[in-house]
Amino acid sequence: MNHLLSIEDLDRAGIERIVEQAARFSEVSDREIKKVPALRGRMVLNLFYESSTRTRSSFELAAKRLSADVVNFAASGSSVEKGESLKDTVLTLSAHKPDAIVIRTPWAGAAALVSKWCDAAIVNAGDGKHEHPTQALLDVFTLRGRLGGIDGASIWIVGDVAHSRVARSNIIAFQRMGAKVTVAGPPTLIPRGIESLGCDVRFTLDELESADVVYALRMQRERMSEMWVPSLREYAAWYQINGRRLSPRQVLMHPGPVNRGVELSGEVVDSPQAVITAQVEAGVVVRMAVLYELLSGPKTPPRGGGGAENAGIAAVGERQLA
Amino acid sequence: MAAAPLVHGPLQPVDLLLRDVDVLDPRARIDGRHDVRVRAGEIAELGPPGTLPYEPGEELLEGCGHRLLPAFFDPHVHLRTPGQEHKEDLETGTRAAAAGGYGAVLAMPNTDPVLDSAPLLRSLRDAADREARVAVGFLPAITRGLQGEQLTEMAELRQEGAVGFTDDGQPVQSAGMLRKALQYQRLCGGIIALHEEDKTLSRGGSMNEGAVSAALGLGGIPTVSESTMIARDAALAGYEDARVHFQHLSCAASVQAVADAKARGWKVSAEVTPHHLLLTEEDVRGMDTRMKMHPPLATEADRQALIEGLRDGTIDCVATDHAPHARDEKEVPFEQAPMGTTGLETAFAALYTHLVLRGALELEVLVDRLTAGASLFEVPTPLIASGERANLVLVDLDAEFIAGECGWESRSENCCFAGRSLRGRVLLTLAAGGVAYRERALSVAAA
Repeated sequence: MNHLLSIEDLDRAGIERIVEQAARFSEVSDREIKKVPALRGRMVLNLFYESSTRTRSSFELAAKRLSADVVNFAASGSSVEKGESLKDTVLTLSAHKPDAIVIRTPWAGAAALVSKWCDAAIVNAGDGKHEHPTQALLDVFTLRGRLGGIDGASIWIVGDVAHSRVARSNIIAFQRMGAKVTVAGPPTLIPRGIESLGCDVRFTLDELESADVVYALRMQRERMSEMWVPSLREYAAWYQINGRRLSPRQVLMHPGPVNRGVELSGEVVDSPQAVITAQVEAGVVVRMAVLYELLSGPKTPPRGGGGAENAGIAAVGERQLA
Repeated sequence: MAAAPLVHGPLQPVDLLLRDVDVLDPRARIDGRHDVRVRAGEIAELGPPGTLPYEPGEELLEGCGHRLLPAFFDPHVHLRTPGQEHKEDLETGTRAAAAGGYGAVLAMPNTDPVLDSAPLLRSLRDAADREARVAVGFLPAITRGLQGEQLTEMAELRQEGAVGFTDDGQPVQSAGMLRKALQYQRLCGGIIALHEEDKTLSRGGSMNEGAVSAALGLGGIPTVSESTMIARDAALAGYEDARVHFQHLSCAASVQAVADAKARGWKVSAEVTPHHLLLTEEDVRGMDTRMKMHPPLATEADRQALIEGLRDGTIDCVATDHAPHARDEKEVPFEQAPMGTTGLETAFAALYTHLVLRGALELEVLVDRLTAGASLFEVPTPLIASGERANLVLVDLDAEFIAGECGWESRSENCCFAGRSLRGRVLLTLAAGGVAYRERALSVAAA
């Protein structure tokens, strides 16, 4: 594996390999000195075009625990605000020869694009509404820890699926691990065609009791002003996961940050079914495993200049027209 | 007296003998091998192959059985002038047209500033009179600044040579506004060409809504954002007895809407682009920004409906919607990229390779649809007949090439067909009686 751009880059064995490596790294977090020298002398660059606390700090912590050097680059207060393009920013930062670039942007496909412009291993830390593959990996890790295995489990992903990169990566990852996935939410927030990913679609929570795992998505307040739902009150009335809807045998997950009282009621956040803090904890070890997978091998020689562009054109040419 | 609709730069009228070319012009009812003589830029005579004697002073081209067709007409191109000359200008855009076999093109008004006043139209026509390799007509805006709020001075624009009017790129949203333009057409004439898109449905989208947009997490544009507007505006045109032309149809529902309007006898026509005829939303999966266009590429069923619509005449003509963008503007994440693909240099070869050679469309139908735009916009249709001005294209149907392998005549390279192997190379284009393009390897037997 050269990059982690999409959860599609990993088959079931690949997901298991990373999750098992993460399990080995959990032991490091319990040590007094929480560090291993695995990536000493390697450089990881965090390039964040969107505000993020947990993902960025989690990647930073993961890199530091592997003894890599970390540089954080936030788009605000930088040359990006002076109008520098993504490509120019990446080329400029590449001059420092990072071994890996962890990138988050509001634009789908940006991580894949960046991988064509530089030699570093690219980790997609969220590209628009497209994907968030390390979130899916840490969710698989957390769920395996809780359930033992995911095969045959029924997982409901509830809420704003349309605007959620977490939903898209998790639909793929959970199914790849043998689970049955159902997405549920208001019809305005379930994208047309999502069933082509293999999941079932529901517009009510009437059958929620059949789920083994309830994965609630964050309901962003700005969706209100765009009139995706009539009101947060009505949303909560129909889709909030609360004590009435969640049964004791179900596991509750959420990618954070939680809007208490909107997608989750306060009591379920604090209930024993919730594994939300375990997910955060898993974030560090899973990201350690991802960086380790990408960087621990021998360095691949840099590609010749200009090759990527021509390869892109050839790739277009090879595909046959319908 | 209104100005002539088309203008072109200085062209040397040619004296040329094309010996043994396979002439095909469905309108002139010619299909077969001929010698064709062009004298002083006019088609002087046609004769059986090998019968026309060489006359001193003329250029002799051995046709070797290559196809001679009427030069194509594109009713929809973006020449980006004024204001965006880093993407294209009148010279490079018309050079691209000539290289694609086009003898005339119609330029859209979404420039900077918008083409919405007579002085600007005059200056553009003056520039075309100096720079254009092929004939150019201009479609000024329907509303000032493409704002959809106030009509342009349509009557004066018509006197200055406006071929028609369009708010392409910023479609008229208000039915009331469009109705006023349709009423005003009674005074000044001029086809009203409509980019159909209900922005309340398409807002936030960057590709067709469906399985692919759901998988990629890209905002979707539903096909009904186009088809409902076609139905609305066809009804308005019917009510006002106005003449409208629907630009770049992209889906089955739109073809049906046009068919319904025609069945009612409303005066509507329609165009379709090569990319909508040959590509689908599946081609967007790699998020290649060259595949991002307005309207977006739709499904295979939509594509088949467009081919059938073009074949049966529901869709009257092919238009490229040639939309050049600079490399750095397209080298950005998909959602940030501007809409559009270039198309002039690949249209014929792409359609010939993927529709004609595969049996989906007869060559003579393709030739008809590549030239039919002229009469729709009430300008002279190129015809292969003696006494006609030479608007001709010579193509080698067997020549295979990789699109873009030798670069482009256009200033931009954002072509959705780049890198594909195509057949049907343009060897020579005559526009308005002069040589507008000649393939470098095309040999001159005598001079």
